[in-house]
Amino acid sequence: MSIRVAKTGNEAVAEGMRQINPDVVAAYPITPQTEIVQIFSSFVANGKVDTEFVTVESEHSAMSATVGAASAGARAMTATSANGLALMWEIVYIAASMRLPIVMPVVNRALSGPLNIHCDHSDTMGARDSGWIQIFSEDAQEAYDNLLQAVRIAENKKVLLPVMVTMDGFIISHAMEVMHLLEDEKVKQWVGEYVPENPLLDVDNPVTVGPLDLYDWNMEHKRQQAKPVILEVARDYAKLSGREYGLFEEYMLDDAEIAIVVLGSTAGTAKEVVKALRADGVKAGLLKLRVFRPFPACEIARALQGKKAVAVMDRSDSFNAVSGPVFAEVRSAMYGMENAPAIVDYIYGIGGRDVTMDHIKSVYDDLAKIVKTGQVEKNLTYLAIRE
Amino acid sequence: MATLKELSNKEVLVSPGHRACAGCGFPVIIKQALLAADNPVVVGCATGCMEVCTTIYPYTAWKVPFIHNAFENSAATVSGVEAAYQSLKRQGKIDKKIDFIAFGGDGGTYDIGFQSLSGAMERGHDMLYICYDNQAYMNTGIQRSSATPRGANTTTSPAGSESYGKKQYRKDLTEVMVAHGIPYVAQSSPAMWNDLVSKVNKGLAVEGPAFMAVIQPCVLGWKYPSDQTIELARLAVDTCFWPLYEVVNGEYKLTYKPKEKKPLVDFLRKQDRFRHLFKPENEHILVELQEEVDRKWAVLLAKCGEQA
Repeated sequence: MSIRVAKTGNEAVAEGMRQINPDVVAAYPITPQTEIVQIFSSFVANGKVDTEFVTVESEHSAMSATVGAASAGARAMTATSANGLALMWEIVYIAASMRLPIVMPVVNRALSGPLNIHCDHSDTMGARDSGWIQIFSEDAQEAYDNLLQAVRIAENKKVLLPVMVTMDGFIISHAMEVMHLLEDEKVKQWVGEYVPENPLLDVDNPVTVGPLDLYDWNMEHKRQQAKPVILEVARDYAKLSGREYGLFEEYMLDDAEIAIVVLGSTAGTAKEVVKALRADGVKAGLLKLRVFRPFPACEIARALQGKKAVAVMDRSDSFNAVSGPVFAEVRSAMYGMENAPAIVDYIYGIGGRDVTMDHIKSVYDDLAKIVKTGQVEKNLTYLAIRE
Repeated sequence: MATLKELSNKEVLVSPGHRACAGCGFPVIIKQALLAADNPVVVGCATGCMEVCTTIYPYTAWKVPFIHNAFENSAATVSGVEAAYQSLKRQGKIDKKIDFIAFGGDGGTYDIGFQSLSGAMERGHDMLYICYDNQAYMNTGIQRSSATPRGANTTTSPAGSESYGKKQYRKDLTEVMVAHGIPYVAQSSPAMWNDLVSKVNKGLAVEGPAFMAVIQPCVLGWKYPSDQTIELARLAVDTCFWPLYEVVNGEYKLTYKPKEKKPLVDFLRKQDRFRHLFKPENEHILVELQEEVDRKWAVLLAKCGEQA
């Protein structure tokens, strides 16, 4: 059924890219993504893929060349982290507006400055309004699974949007874990033959890509939208792999009174805390967000309705003095809803600051106190910070 | 090399329904460049006058596949298109011979797109990059670029009581491209249609990257009557301000030598962007500009093995 291996997140993603066998990869090295590019170039050097590998001179050119290749009619990929994503910025938006089904692993790293190479979500959170679909991963297995699903989501004719698949820098990208790869042939069938729409290389049917689009059309072109397809692809993938995915994962959430909302690798740590609390009779639960864009607002609101207190874990700040970006979305989704829980935000793990089970436990303790007293003392807490 | 009669029978692949200014030079350059192609061609273009005047949605003036991405990445974008072509050809999914042209103005080529251009040329993509060089950021309103000549009055290097316009000489990008060691580099002018067409033809024919800088008079930025565009494109060449030459695998060749090298002022006097230089207090600048043209011309003649 599948191949049991020990891989780091970067290795798993590089293997996934080999199996996808994209026509073009244009990429530039940056810590902690570098290994993906290195491993993939060895696949090219040894004839394991048909890919034309473009060793661009910057991330700006990486995304530019990827846009060119995708417009030409190729299945095209790139990968990056933090400052690399920032340098691509201008073209990240353009890729989405051109409706190009590009898949890009992003290994989450704190966006400078100050310079830092470790994990937080400030890089991809900044790109949340770029029009890309954003899928977060808890571990190497999920990064691999999400990558394979991303191809089918992006290329679905009802979607045709680029997809970022993220994993936490170092915590996932460099940590080895036991996981399952699918067989090459299965992945080949899963992604299928790519049939592009209106490619530039169809020279007998010339198209103009990327025209000037002024006020008479721009607004209509910006308002276009993928949730049903993401769920449809997840159902198909479950049949293929036996692993099930949704827009988010509910962990002991059904009867929970207190819950946290979390993205990425911290979910793994938090699940252990939930288990321990449950053993002590505390009704704790967890909601792990997988698809951040498009944001599943109604679904999250429904899942959290009736809880007594909820904490959102934000691994980046938005400097609005109220919350990080995930909190803003979650609370906005629940505003005006009956039986809405008390909801508070925790900003944590910035620049790779370690987050331990004790830290997570303290969050649940705070929630229990809110339930007991009926009082919210602090809406926003910086977790494990020197004051 | 096709004759004028043969060229006049070929389909023109850019339609006249574009929105460029009356007398603009770049539509002439596009027309001549596309006439030179023997194979189907895919065109990329940087943000700038050429792109905004030819592609306002839902219309397009291009009868060939065309992509605009952003300002500074015409070369990187077309390198991606060409990489897709190489990949699909190798996989047997495409069998046609297709040529690739990337256009950029001087701002998008000499300045903000310089890194993207250098990277694409170094990687060896089989594409021709054509810079339509109108010597300033014309699309945003005539700001100086590194291609603007010394002494020119622009909106960010204005002539004034304490200034004679731009202080610096032009960046010699053509020489910088020669230094990349690519198989074909050339300078041309739309006034010499046969020179431009044959150079584009050669640039597309070589295996690997080719670069051309083509001078493009701009009515608004250079400030001259709109019927003088081709005349100015010719004077730039005849004064040796813009020599026509090509470098094939490192070998320099002069492709046009004026019978009589005209004084630089013949070119400058026709453009109001240089009008202030003809005031008595700026006359020494005119002398220096002529000396610089003479010096560079002598260097080029020596490289081409030509007598003065």
